[in-house]
Amino acid sequence: MKFGILVNEGPYTHQASDSAYQFVVAALAKGHTVQRVFFYHDGVNNATRLTEPPQDDRHIVNRWSALAAEHKLDLVVCVAAALRRGIKDEVLAPGFRISGLGQLVDSGIKADRLVTFGD
Amino acid sequence: MLHILNKSPFDSNALDTCLRMALPGHALLLIEDAVYAATQGSAAAERMRKAAARLSLFVLQPDLDARGMAGKQLDGITLVDYAGFVDLVEKYPTSQSWL
Amino acid sequence: MSEQQTPAPSGPKVKKFMFVNRKAPYGTIYALESLEVVLITATFDQDVSLVFIDDGVYELVKGQQTKGIGIKNFSPSYRALEGYDIEKLYVDQASLAQRGLTEADLLVPVEVLDDRQMGELMAQQDVILSF
Repeated sequence: MKFGILVNEGPYTHQASDSAYQFVVAALAKGHTVQRVFFYHDGVNNATRLTEPPQDDRHIVNRWSALAAEHKLDLVVCVAAALRRGIKDEVLAPGFRISGLGQLVDSGIKADRLVTFGD
Repeated sequence: MLHILNKSPFDSNALDTCLRMALPGHALLLIEDAVYAATQGSAAAERMRKAAARLSLFVLQPDLDARGMAGKQLDGITLVDYAGFVDLVEKYPTSQSWL
Repeated sequence: MSEQQTPAPSGPKVKKFMFVNRKAPYGTIYALESLEVVLITATFDQDVSLVFIDDGVYELVKGQQTKGIGIKNFSPSYRALEGYDIEKLYVDQASLAQRGLTEADLLVPVEVLDDRQMGELMAQQDVILSF
Protein backbone atom coordinates (compact mmCIF):
# COMPACT_ATOMS: atom_id res chain seq x y z
CA MET A 1 0.00 0.00 0.00
CA LYS A 2 1.12 3.55 -0.74
CA PHE A 3 0.99 6.03 2.14
CA GLY A 4 1.01 9.80 2.03
CA ILE A 5 1.90 11.61 5.25
CA LEU A 6 1.11 15.18 6.28
CA VAL A 7 3.07 16.75 9.14
CA ASN A 8 1.56 19.98 10.41
CA GLU A 9 3.83 20.85 13.32
CA GLY A 10 7.47 21.62 13.87
CA PRO A 11 10.06 19.56 15.74
CA TYR A 12 9.95 19.23 19.52
CA THR A 13 7.10 21.58 20.39
CA HIS A 14 4.54 18.95 19.37
CA GLN A 15 4.81 15.20 19.14
CA ALA A 16 3.43 15.25 15.59
CA SER A 17 6.77 14.94 13.82
CA ASP A 18 7.84 12.12 16.14
CA SER A 19 4.58 10.23 15.68
CA ALA A 20 4.79 10.65 11.92
CA TYR A 21 8.38 9.42 11.91
CA GLN A 22 7.55 6.31 13.97
CA PHE A 23 4.58 5.61 11.71
CA VAL A 24 6.71 5.90 8.58
CA VAL A 25 9.39 3.62 10.02
CA ALA A 26 6.76 1.02 10.87
CA ALA A 27 5.09 1.31 7.48
CA LEU A 28 8.40 0.86 5.65
CA ALA A 29 9.29 -2.11 7.87
CA LYS A 30 6.05 -3.76 6.79
CA GLY A 31 6.99 -3.34 3.14
CA HIS A 32 4.65 -0.47 2.38
CA THR A 33 5.67 2.49 0.24
CA VAL A 34 5.64 6.03 1.57
CA GLN A 35 4.80 8.12 -1.47
CA ARG A 36 5.58 11.46 0.17
CA VAL A 37 5.90 13.18 3.52
CA PHE A 38 4.53 16.69 3.18
CA PHE A 39 5.36 19.34 5.75
CA TYR A 40 2.88 22.19 6.22
CA HIS A 41 2.24 24.99 8.74
CA ASP A 42 5.04 24.90 11.31
CA GLY A 43 5.88 21.46 9.98
CA VAL A 44 8.25 23.22 7.58
CA ASN A 45 10.54 23.76 10.56
CA ASN A 46 11.39 20.05 10.45
CA ALA A 47 13.48 20.85 7.37
CA THR A 48 16.08 23.28 8.66
CA ARG A 49 19.64 22.07 9.06
CA LEU A 50 20.30 24.72 11.70
CA THR A 51 18.81 22.87 14.67
CA GLU A 52 21.16 21.93 17.53
CA PRO A 53 19.12 19.91 19.99
CA PRO A 54 20.73 18.48 23.11
CA GLN A 55 22.87 15.45 22.32
CA ASP A 56 21.10 13.11 24.73
CA ASP A 57 17.80 13.21 22.87
CA ARG A 58 16.66 12.47 19.36
CA HIS A 59 17.76 14.73 16.52
CA ILE A 60 14.47 15.08 14.69
CA VAL A 61 15.75 16.78 11.56
CA ASN A 62 18.70 14.45 11.07
CA ARG A 63 16.44 11.46 11.70
CA TRP A 64 14.21 12.50 8.80
CA SER A 65 17.22 13.14 6.56
CA ALA A 66 18.68 9.72 7.37
CA LEU A 67 15.37 7.94 6.77
CA ALA A 68 14.95 9.77 3.48
CA ALA A 69 18.43 8.74 2.37
CA GLU A 70 17.95 5.11 3.38
CA HIS A 71 14.54 4.70 1.75
CA LYS A 72 14.60 7.39 -0.95
CA LEU A 73 11.69 9.18 0.67
CA ASP A 74 10.25 12.34 -0.86
CA LEU A 75 10.22 14.93 1.92
CA VAL A 76 8.45 18.03 0.67
CA VAL A 77 8.16 21.37 2.40
CA CYS A 78 5.38 23.71 1.31
CA VAL A 79 6.88 26.81 -0.30
CA ALA A 80 4.25 29.26 0.96
CA ALA A 81 4.43 28.02 4.55
CA ALA A 82 8.22 27.88 4.33
CA LEU A 83 8.57 31.44 3.10
CA ARG A 84 6.36 32.65 5.93
CA ARG A 85 8.66 30.97 8.42
CA GLY A 86 12.04 31.70 6.86
CA ILE A 87 12.75 28.22 5.60
CA LYS A 88 14.62 28.54 2.32
CA ASP A 89 16.87 26.41 0.11
CA GLU A 90 20.00 27.70 1.80
CA VAL A 91 18.95 26.26 5.20
CA LEU A 92 17.40 23.01 4.02
CA ALA A 93 18.61 19.79 5.59
CA PRO A 94 19.54 16.92 3.27
CA GLY A 95 16.64 14.98 1.83
CA PHE A 96 14.11 17.82 1.92
CA ARG A 97 12.89 19.84 -1.04
CA ILE A 98 10.67 22.89 -1.23
CA SER A 99 7.65 22.72 -3.51
CA GLY A 100 4.04 23.76 -3.89
CA LEU A 101 0.85 22.71 -2.12
CA GLY A 102 0.02 20.82 -5.28
CA GLN A 103 2.36 18.13 -4.02
CA LEU A 104 0.06 17.56 -1.04
CA VAL A 105 -2.99 17.30 -3.26
CA ASP A 106 -1.03 15.00 -5.57
CA SER A 107 -0.30 12.80 -2.57
CA GLY A 108 -3.97 12.72 -1.65
CA ILE A 109 -4.80 11.63 -5.18
CA LYS A 110 -1.99 9.11 -5.75
CA ALA A 111 -1.56 7.52 -2.32
CA ASP A 112 -3.90 4.82 -1.07
CA ARG A 113 -3.98 6.41 2.37
CA LEU A 114 -3.16 9.91 3.63
CA VAL A 115 -2.48 10.28 7.35
CA THR A 116 -2.25 13.65 9.09
CA PHE A 117 -0.09 14.33 12.14
CA GLY A 118 -0.65 17.68 13.78
CA ASP A 119 -1.90 19.56 16.76
CA MET B 1 -13.30 5.03 8.93
CA LEU B 2 -10.42 5.30 11.35
CA HIS B 3 -10.66 8.28 13.68
CA ILE B 4 -7.32 9.30 15.14
CA LEU B 5 -7.30 11.43 18.28
CA ASN B 6 -4.20 12.99 19.75
CA LYS B 7 -5.34 15.48 22.37
CA SER B 8 -6.11 14.87 26.03
CA PRO B 9 -9.90 14.76 26.60
CA PHE B 10 -9.37 17.35 29.34
CA ASP B 11 -7.59 19.74 27.00
CA SER B 12 -9.77 19.55 23.92
CA ASN B 13 -13.29 18.70 22.89
CA ALA B 14 -12.04 16.63 19.96
CA LEU B 15 -13.09 13.36 21.60
CA ASP B 16 -16.64 14.59 22.17
CA THR B 17 -17.00 15.94 18.65
CA CYS B 18 -15.54 12.78 17.17
CA LEU B 19 -17.91 10.61 19.19
CA ARG B 20 -20.86 12.70 17.96
CA MET B 21 -19.97 12.02 14.35
CA ALA B 22 -18.37 8.58 14.29
CA LEU B 23 -20.68 5.96 12.82
CA PRO B 24 -21.19 2.42 14.16
CA GLY B 25 -18.45 0.15 12.88
CA HIS B 26 -15.84 2.88 12.78
CA ALA B 27 -12.60 2.65 14.71
CA LEU B 28 -11.04 5.10 17.12
CA LEU B 29 -7.31 5.19 17.74
CA LEU B 30 -5.91 7.22 20.62
CA ILE B 31 -2.34 8.44 20.22
CA GLU B 32 -0.10 11.00 21.94
CA ASP B 33 -1.95 12.82 24.74
CA ALA B 34 -5.30 11.28 23.76
CA VAL B 35 -4.24 8.03 25.41
CA TYR B 36 -5.37 9.49 28.74
CA ALA B 37 -8.95 9.01 27.53
CA ALA B 38 -8.27 5.28 27.58
CA THR B 39 -7.23 5.10 31.22
CA GLN B 40 -9.21 3.69 34.09
CA GLY B 41 -10.80 6.00 36.61
CA SER B 42 -10.72 9.16 34.52
CA ALA B 43 -13.77 11.29 33.81
CA ALA B 44 -13.54 10.19 30.17
CA ALA B 45 -13.96 6.51 31.03
CA GLU B 46 -17.74 6.53 30.86
CA ARG B 47 -17.77 8.11 27.40
CA MET B 48 -15.27 5.52 26.22
CA ARG B 49 -17.28 2.64 27.67
CA LYS B 50 -20.38 3.86 25.83
CA ALA B 51 -18.37 4.29 22.63
CA ALA B 52 -17.08 0.71 22.88
CA ALA B 53 -20.60 -0.52 22.17
CA ARG B 54 -20.50 0.78 18.62
CA LEU B 55 -16.85 1.56 17.79
CA SER B 56 -13.65 -0.46 17.84
CA LEU B 57 -11.30 1.24 20.28
CA PHE B 58 -7.53 1.23 20.09
CA VAL B 59 -4.76 2.92 22.00
CA LEU B 60 -1.13 3.33 20.97
CA GLN B 61 0.79 1.47 23.65
CA PRO B 62 4.09 3.32 23.30
CA ASP B 63 2.27 6.57 24.08
CA LEU B 64 0.54 4.97 27.09
CA ASP B 65 3.85 3.63 28.41
CA ALA B 66 5.61 6.96 27.87
CA ARG B 67 3.07 8.65 30.10
CA GLY B 68 3.36 6.15 32.95
CA MET B 69 -0.03 4.64 32.13
CA ALA B 70 1.09 1.12 31.22
CA GLY B 71 -1.51 -1.44 32.26
CA LYS B 72 -4.03 1.26 33.15
CA GLN B 73 -6.08 1.07 29.97
CA LEU B 74 -9.81 0.45 30.15
CA ASP B 75 -11.25 -2.96 29.36
CA GLY B 76 -12.46 -3.19 25.80
CA ILE B 77 -9.64 -1.09 24.39
CA THR B 78 -7.07 -2.88 22.26
CA LEU B 79 -3.40 -1.98 22.60
CA VAL B 80 -1.47 -1.49 19.37
CA ASP B 81 2.10 -0.58 18.56
CA TYR B 82 3.17 1.51 15.55
CA ALA B 83 2.95 -1.56 13.33
CA GLY B 84 -0.62 -2.02 14.54
CA PHE B 85 -1.25 1.67 13.82
CA VAL B 86 -0.12 1.07 10.24
CA ASP B 87 -2.40 -1.97 10.01
CA LEU B 88 -5.37 0.11 11.14
CA VAL B 89 -4.71 2.76 8.52
CA GLU B 90 -4.42 0.05 5.91
CA LYS B 91 -7.65 -1.63 7.02
CA TYR B 92 -9.89 1.44 6.99
CA PRO B 93 -10.20 3.15 3.59
CA THR B 94 -10.15 6.63 5.11
CA SER B 95 -8.61 8.09 8.24
CA GLN B 96 -9.45 11.34 9.93
CA SER B 97 -7.14 13.03 12.41
CA TRP B 98 -9.11 15.10 14.90
CA LEU B 99 -6.54 17.78 15.65
CA MET C 1 14.50 27.99 -4.59
CA SER C 2 13.65 24.85 -6.53
CA GLU C 3 10.05 24.52 -7.63
CA GLN C 4 9.14 21.11 -8.94
CA GLN C 5 6.33 21.39 -11.44
CA THR C 6 3.42 19.14 -10.63
CA PRO C 7 2.27 17.44 -13.83
CA ALA C 8 -1.42 17.80 -14.67
CA PRO C 9 -3.33 14.78 -13.42
CA SER C 10 -3.45 12.21 -16.20
CA GLY C 11 -6.77 10.45 -16.42
CA PRO C 12 -9.94 11.43 -14.61
CA LYS C 13 -9.01 10.33 -11.08
CA VAL C 14 -11.47 12.27 -8.97
CA LYS C 15 -11.46 11.73 -5.25
CA LYS C 16 -13.73 13.17 -2.60
CA PHE C 17 -11.60 15.54 -0.53
CA MET C 18 -12.98 16.88 2.71
CA PHE C 19 -11.39 19.74 4.61
CA VAL C 20 -12.27 19.78 8.28
CA ASN C 21 -12.07 23.18 9.94
CA ARG C 22 -12.38 23.18 13.70
CA LYS C 23 -10.33 26.18 14.72
CA ALA C 24 -11.18 29.84 15.10
CA PRO C 25 -9.53 32.40 12.80
CA TYR C 26 -6.60 34.65 13.77
CA GLY C 27 -5.74 33.00 17.10
CA THR C 28 -3.91 30.42 15.02
CA ILE C 29 -2.98 30.19 11.34
CA TYR C 30 -4.76 26.93 10.58
CA ALA C 31 -7.90 28.52 9.13
CA LEU C 32 -5.93 30.63 6.68
CA GLU C 33 -3.43 28.01 5.61
CA SER C 34 -6.14 25.36 5.22
CA LEU C 35 -7.95 27.69 2.84
CA GLU C 36 -4.79 27.87 0.76
CA VAL C 37 -4.86 24.08 0.35
CA VAL C 38 -8.54 24.22 -0.62
CA LEU C 39 -7.82 26.69 -3.41
CA ILE C 40 -5.02 24.54 -4.80
CA THR C 41 -7.19 21.41 -4.62
CA ALA C 42 -9.78 23.19 -6.74
CA THR C 43 -7.27 23.42 -9.58
CA PHE C 44 -6.94 19.63 -9.54
CA ASP C 45 -10.64 19.19 -10.34
CA GLN C 46 -11.31 17.11 -7.26
CA ASP C 47 -14.64 16.78 -5.46
CA VAL C 48 -14.15 19.18 -2.57
CA SER C 49 -16.24 19.67 0.56
CA LEU C 50 -15.50 21.99 3.44
CA VAL C 51 -16.92 21.35 6.86
CA PHE C 52 -16.87 23.74 9.78
CA ILE C 53 -17.21 22.24 13.23
CA ASP C 54 -16.56 23.47 16.77
CA ASP C 55 -14.66 26.76 16.67
CA GLY C 56 -14.30 26.34 12.91
CA VAL C 57 -17.74 27.90 12.52
CA TYR C 58 -16.23 31.19 13.69
CA GLU C 59 -14.16 31.27 10.49
CA LEU C 60 -17.32 32.10 8.57
CA VAL C 61 -18.69 34.84 10.79
CA LYS C 62 -19.54 38.11 9.01
CA GLY C 63 -17.99 41.42 9.77
CA GLN C 64 -14.41 40.45 10.54
CA GLN C 65 -12.43 43.68 10.95
CA THR C 66 -8.81 42.98 11.59
CA LYS C 67 -7.18 46.38 11.28
CA GLY C 68 -6.78 46.70 15.02
CA ILE C 69 -4.86 43.45 15.37
CA GLY C 70 -2.69 44.15 12.33
CA ILE C 71 -3.46 40.83 10.64
CA LYS C 72 -4.81 40.53 7.12
CA ASN C 73 -8.53 39.81 6.96
CA PHE C 74 -8.73 36.66 4.87
CA SER C 75 -12.49 36.06 5.28
CA PRO C 76 -13.28 37.45 1.79
CA SER C 77 -11.58 34.33 0.46
CA TYR C 78 -14.53 32.24 1.63
CA ARG C 79 -16.75 34.25 -0.73
CA ALA C 80 -14.26 33.68 -3.55
CA LEU C 81 -14.55 29.89 -3.25
CA GLU C 82 -17.63 29.85 -5.41
CA GLY C 83 -15.54 31.21 -8.28
CA TYR C 84 -13.39 28.11 -7.96
CA ASP C 85 -16.43 25.82 -8.12
CA ILE C 86 -16.16 25.07 -4.44
CA GLU C 87 -19.69 25.31 -3.22
CA LYS C 88 -20.05 22.45 -0.80
CA LEU C 89 -19.72 24.15 2.55
CA TYR C 90 -21.26 22.44 5.55
CA VAL C 91 -21.62 23.64 9.08
CA ASP C 92 -22.26 21.59 12.21
CA GLN C 93 -25.60 22.51 13.73
CA ALA C 94 -24.58 21.80 17.32
CA SER C 95 -21.44 23.93 16.99
CA LEU C 96 -23.49 26.88 15.75
CA ALA C 97 -26.04 26.53 18.51
CA GLN C 98 -23.39 26.17 21.19
CA ARG C 99 -21.88 29.48 20.06
CA GLY C 100 -25.16 31.35 19.79
CA LEU C 101 -24.84 31.61 16.02
CA THR C 102 -27.23 31.07 13.16
CA GLU C 103 -26.79 30.87 9.40
CA ALA C 104 -27.65 34.55 9.22
CA ASP C 105 -24.39 35.33 11.02
CA LEU C 106 -22.29 33.67 8.33
CA LEU C 107 -20.78 35.35 5.31
CA VAL C 108 -21.41 32.56 2.79
CA PRO C 109 -24.29 30.19 2.06
CA VAL C 110 -23.83 26.91 3.88
CA GLU C 111 -25.72 23.74 4.50
CA VAL C 112 -26.28 23.03 8.18
CA LEU C 113 -25.94 19.38 9.15
CA ASP C 114 -26.74 17.46 12.31
CA ASP C 115 -24.41 14.86 13.84
CA ARG C 116 -25.68 11.94 11.81
CA GLN C 117 -25.63 13.83 8.51
CA MET C 118 -22.12 15.10 9.17
CA GLY C 119 -20.96 11.63 10.14
CA GLU C 120 -22.41 10.14 6.97
CA LEU C 121 -20.85 12.84 4.82
CA MET C 122 -17.45 12.17 6.39
CA ALA C 123 -17.86 8.45 5.84
CA GLN C 124 -18.27 9.06 2.09
CA GLN C 125 -14.93 10.82 1.70
CA ASP C 126 -11.77 9.40 0.15
CA VAL C 127 -9.37 11.87 1.73
CA ILE C 128 -9.97 13.92 4.87
CA LEU C 129 -7.56 16.74 5.66
CA SER C 130 -7.43 18.41 9.04
CA PHE C 131 -5.29 21.33 10.02
